[in-house]
Amino acid sequence: MSAARPRRAEGTEQRPWGLWGLRGAALTYLGLMIAVPLAAVIQRGFADGLGAFWRELSSPIAFDALKLTLFAAAITTAVNLVLGTLTAYVLARYRFPGRGVLDSFVDMPFAIPTLVTGVMLVVLYGPTGVLGEWFESRGISVIFAKPGIVLALLFVTYPFVIRTVQPVLLEAERREEEAAFTLGASKWTNFRRIVLPTILPAAFSGALLCFARAVGEFGSIVVVAGNIPRRTLTAPVYVFGEIEAHNERGASAMSVVLLALSFGLLLFLDWRQRRRAEVLGG
Amino acid sequence: MAERARALEREIAAEASADGRVRPQLAEWAVVGIALFYAVLLLFAPLAALARGALSRGIAAFFREVTTPDALSSLKLTFLLAVGATILNTVFGVATAWLLVRDKKFPGRRIVNGIVDMPFAVSPVIAGFMLIVLFGRTGWFAPVAEALGIKVLFAFPGMLIATTFISLPFVIREIMPLLEQIGEEEENAAYTLGAGRWRAFWSVTLPGIRSGLQYGVLLTFARAVGEVGAVLVVSGSIIGMTETATLFIFRALDERNAVAGYAMALLLALSSFVLLTAMEWIRRRASKDAGAG
Repeated sequence: MSAARPRRAEGTEQRPWGLWGLRGAALTYLGLMIAVPLAAVIQRGFADGLGAFWRELSSPIAFDALKLTLFAAAITTAVNLVLGTLTAYVLARYRFPGRGVLDSFVDMPFAIPTLVTGVMLVVLYGPTGVLGEWFESRGISVIFAKPGIVLALLFVTYPFVIRTVQPVLLEAERREEEAAFTLGASKWTNFRRIVLPTILPAAFSGALLCFARAVGEFGSIVVVAGNIPRRTLTAPVYVFGEIEAHNERGASAMSVVLLALSFGLLLFLDWRQRRRAEVLGG
Repeated sequence: MAERARALEREIAAEASADGRVRPQLAEWAVVGIALFYAVLLLFAPLAALARGALSRGIAAFFREVTTPDALSSLKLTFLLAVGATILNTVFGVATAWLLVRDKKFPGRRIVNGIVDMPFAVSPVIAGFMLIVLFGRTGWFAPVAEALGIKVLFAFPGMLIATTFISLPFVIREIMPLLEQIGEEEENAAYTLGAGRWRAFWSVTLPGIRSGLQYGVLLTFARAVGEVGAVLVVSGSIIGMTETATLFIFRALDERNAVAGYAMALLLALSSFVLLTAMEWIRRRASKDAGAG
């Protein structure tokens, strides 16, 4: 391997055009597709000054939309953090009928169009749906109300925590668990003291991804929420409404806030991963 | 007696399965039950309800709804967009992933690595809005598009860019871990044997990342087929022109034409099942290969 390295470096020097061409192509692609468009929206958001930016955001409709989005995303993340971790544990540790089917279906929310998710929920929980009628008769409306928003978000973010925790559980050394078990620890103690600390960082990463995805969700929510301003209008649907109303300033102000949020989450995730890698490496 | 012992042995052998998974005991069944109940309620029940709703007037009615001229043209557009976005993201995705993993002197490697994930974090509506800002009347790229005589907004090019944007990271993120895992040794061996960069890529690197590439391509395609927010913003939803399958559903629901909307929704759900099955197949084969190797 050490003998091969200089040879490769030589190759790079001999034919630098190929490599630079490839670098140029990749940078141009990512620049044009991602960096420039993002910069354009941010520039548009602040184009009329900070005052205008703030005025757009502090309108009651915009403010409530942002609040609802964060609130619904937080609930969704909490539920999927707990139930996703549990599902991953069950999938990794137990043998039971339906395990294979469940394992294959975990990714379904990623494959199914979000709009179709919305339609499915309307069919099931709508006023004339099977479960919807039952809820309606008890005075709870799911569709065109806040529960519907959370339900849609739970569906579309279902895989995140499971798919980040599952590999960690599969790779984890069983020896510690077995040792604890032999020493007479109960299964619950075992889970709490041995398993949980191992999977918690992964579960937390999954939860952050889940939150970021929930904040930006549009396709399923636009169908189930009813989009009533100040009640069931989320931030992405608000952006859509402002675009339709040709209010670019309003749309870009809210976009900047959502972008800042997702950018912050990504940076935080990256920093955490880097730090963990350092800790494990050192 | 001996027979009983053998039966017991068989039972024990079956109990300690090769994958280390155990049969849950009584209290643990509750935990398994919660996981299953959550999945059934959240994932399967809505799916079953949609199938029932879409087929309530019979299979013939379902086929009638998804073969109207508007429905067919929307399906065709969706297919073209998904194929286009998948090709672009596969070609550039493989190049980017290779550079990010192998090219240690790649300028701005860290920033590029971070920016790749942005399309996952950005709301699709904002993805569409970005194009409105860029190509709108006062946009930075408006003069370029005008000079070239290309109509981007409310036309195919804009929809293709939007679809490509939202499905960009999949191929890169699926093959990067594989590239890291297979390491440089085999590639370097190929160089030592006199292979060029291109030849080494085709005959050494590509076979090593094949399963991830296939998985990434399918994810890209599935995501592209299902996109609604970004294309809704940039397309203008012109019936028979810039209306994709998801926009067809969107309009059907708006016009309270539930029959057509449900039928198309079921068709898209079915197509994502085909993709999901293919993905599962690739996953199984890859893990079997890894186990064998």
